[in-house]
Amino acid sequence: MRAAVLAAALFCALGVLAVAQGQQKITVTFPPPLVQFKNGPNLGVAQANCLVCHGADYIYTQPPLTRAQWTAEVNKMRAAYKAQIADDDVPKIVDYLLSQNGKP
Amino acid sequence: MNAQTRRGFLVGAGGAAAGLVAAGTSANADPQYWIDLPMANGRRPLERFPQKGLMIVQATRPPILETPFVVFDRDELTPNEYHYVRWHLAGIPTTVDVNAFRLKVGGLVNKPLTLTVDQLRRDFSPVELVAVSQCAGNSRGLFNPRVAGGEWANGGMSNARWRGVALKEILARAGLGAGAKQVAFSGLDRGVLPATPQFRKALDADFATGGNAMIAYEMNGRPLPLLNGFPLRLVVPGWYGTYWVKMLDTIDVLDHVEDNFWMATAYRIPDTPGNTVTPDQTGYKTIPISKFRVRSFMTNVDGGRVLGAENAADPRYPLRFRAEIRGIAFDAGSGIKKVEFSEDGGKTWRETTLGRDLGPYSFRKWHTVWDARVGNGSYTLACKATANSGDTQTDVPVWNPAGYLKNDIEKYKVNV
Repeated sequence: MRAAVLAAALFCALGVLAVAQGQQKITVTFPPPLVQFKNGPNLGVAQANCLVCHGADYIYTQPPLTRAQWTAEVNKMRAAYKAQIADDDVPKIVDYLLSQNGKP
Repeated sequence: MNAQTRRGFLVGAGGAAAGLVAAGTSANADPQYWIDLPMANGRRPLERFPQKGLMIVQATRPPILETPFVVFDRDELTPNEYHYVRWHLAGIPTTVDVNAFRLKVGGLVNKPLTLTVDQLRRDFSPVELVAVSQCAGNSRGLFNPRVAGGEWANGGMSNARWRGVALKEILARAGLGAGAKQVAFSGLDRGVLPATPQFRKALDADFATGGNAMIAYEMNGRPLPLLNGFPLRLVVPGWYGTYWVKMLDTIDVLDHVEDNFWMATAYRIPDTPGNTVTPDQTGYKTIPISKFRVRSFMTNVDGGRVLGAENAADPRYPLRFRAEIRGIAFDAGSGIKKVEFSEDGGKTWRETTLGRDLGPYSFRKWHTVWDARVGNGSYTLACKATANSGDTQTDVPVWNPAGYLKNDIEKYKVNV
C-alpha cells in the first residue's frame, strides 16, 4: 500500500513537470536544507566550518565512523577541497561528529 | 541484510493526498515524505528540486538525489524528472543562459574552438544513443562491511536517450597536437571557496578520439534539466557517471596524465583480481574506475511482495499464486544476452523473456511468469544477467574501501 502511494505520488508529479520544453535560459532556486546539524559538543565550530561548503546530510547517513575515520574525513576537506579549517578546530569538529554518529 | 526491505518503504507522510500537496511546497524545510533505505542510518527525506520529481535526497547541498526504484518499473527510459543527480561542489549556477554559454576546446590543439550550443546543433551531424548513467558509488550503502561515502541504495542510476555531437568529431575539428595524452573535461560548477579545485575529469586521448563518447544537448528529446547538466553534458557510454561532466564548458587537451584529486585520489579501484580487497588489506595499486559491470534487478518486487499482484491468486486454484515478475538489466555495452530467474535463492535458474532492444548501452527490460504454491510461504527470488561479453553475475560481492562496482546477484524475499 505504501509503495502504491509512493508510485501514485511520483507519476502524478510527472504530469505536472512535463511542461518545460525548449528553454534557452533556466533559472532555479534550490530548496533549503532538509537536514540540520543537531545539538552536540562544539556545534558552533562544526557549523561554522562545515556549512561553508556543504549541508549536514552526510553526517547522519554514514555508517557510524571511528575517530580515525572522521578525522580522515575532516582532513580530506582540508587537503582536497582546501577548506580553511584551523588546526585547533579539527579535533573539535571530530568530537562533534563522533557525538552525532560515532563508533567507539 | 534484510532483503525484504531492499528498496525501502515510504515511511512518513501527512496522509496520502495531503502529503503529496505539502511535499510540493519546498519553501518548507520540513520534509513531508521519508523513505527507509535498507541500511543502518537509511532514513532519507524525499523532496522536489527544480525540474525534478519527488526524489530521494542523499544531500541537499550540493544536491545528490537518488531515483526511487519504482520508477524503473515503467519505461526503459528514465524520465528526465527522475534521472538521478550527483554534484560534488555546491557552487552550481542557478541561472544558465544558452545564449551566453560557450564550449571552449583548448590546450594542446592545433585550432582552439569556442562553440555555442547552436553551433553544436547546426555545424555538426547529430548522434543519438540510449545509455545508462550510473554513479560509481551506486549501491554503496549495501556494502558489507559498510564504507564511508554517499550512501546510495540501488537508485544511483538512470537511462536516457542522448542526442548531441560525437566527442571525436569536435576533437578532430580542433586537431590534437603531437604528444596529446589525455583530454580533460570541466563544467560551470565551482567550489564555494575560490581555493577549492574545480571538478575535472580526464579520458585518455586515444579513447576520447576513438570511442563513442558524446557531448549531449538533449536527453529524451528535451533539453537537460539544470541539475542534470544543462545545457551540455559529456556522455561516456558504458562508463561510470563520474566521467559524465555536467554543464560541460571546457575541454582541455593535455600532454600529461591528469593528476588532480578527482583522478589521482578519488574514483579509483584496486588493481587486484576482481578489483576486490579485504577490509584490512593495504599496499595494493589502484587504477581509475571506468566501465560498468553487468547488473540486473527486479522492478516490481519490494517489501516482501510482488507489487500489483496482491490478488493474483486464481480463485479456481486457491493454492497457486501467479504473477508477472519484471526487471531491468544492463552492462558496459556488449548488450544483454539473457536474464535468468530463480525462485529458490539461486539453486535453480530459468531464462526470462527479454524486452525490446534500445541498444547495447540501455536498460534491457525482462519479464517472466512466476507460479508459486501458496503453502510454501516464503521464497527467495533472484535474477542474474549474462552479457554478450560473457560476463555474468555471481553471489560473491565485490568489496573495496570506496564502495565501487557492486554487481552481485540481487535477492528478494517474498511471502505468498
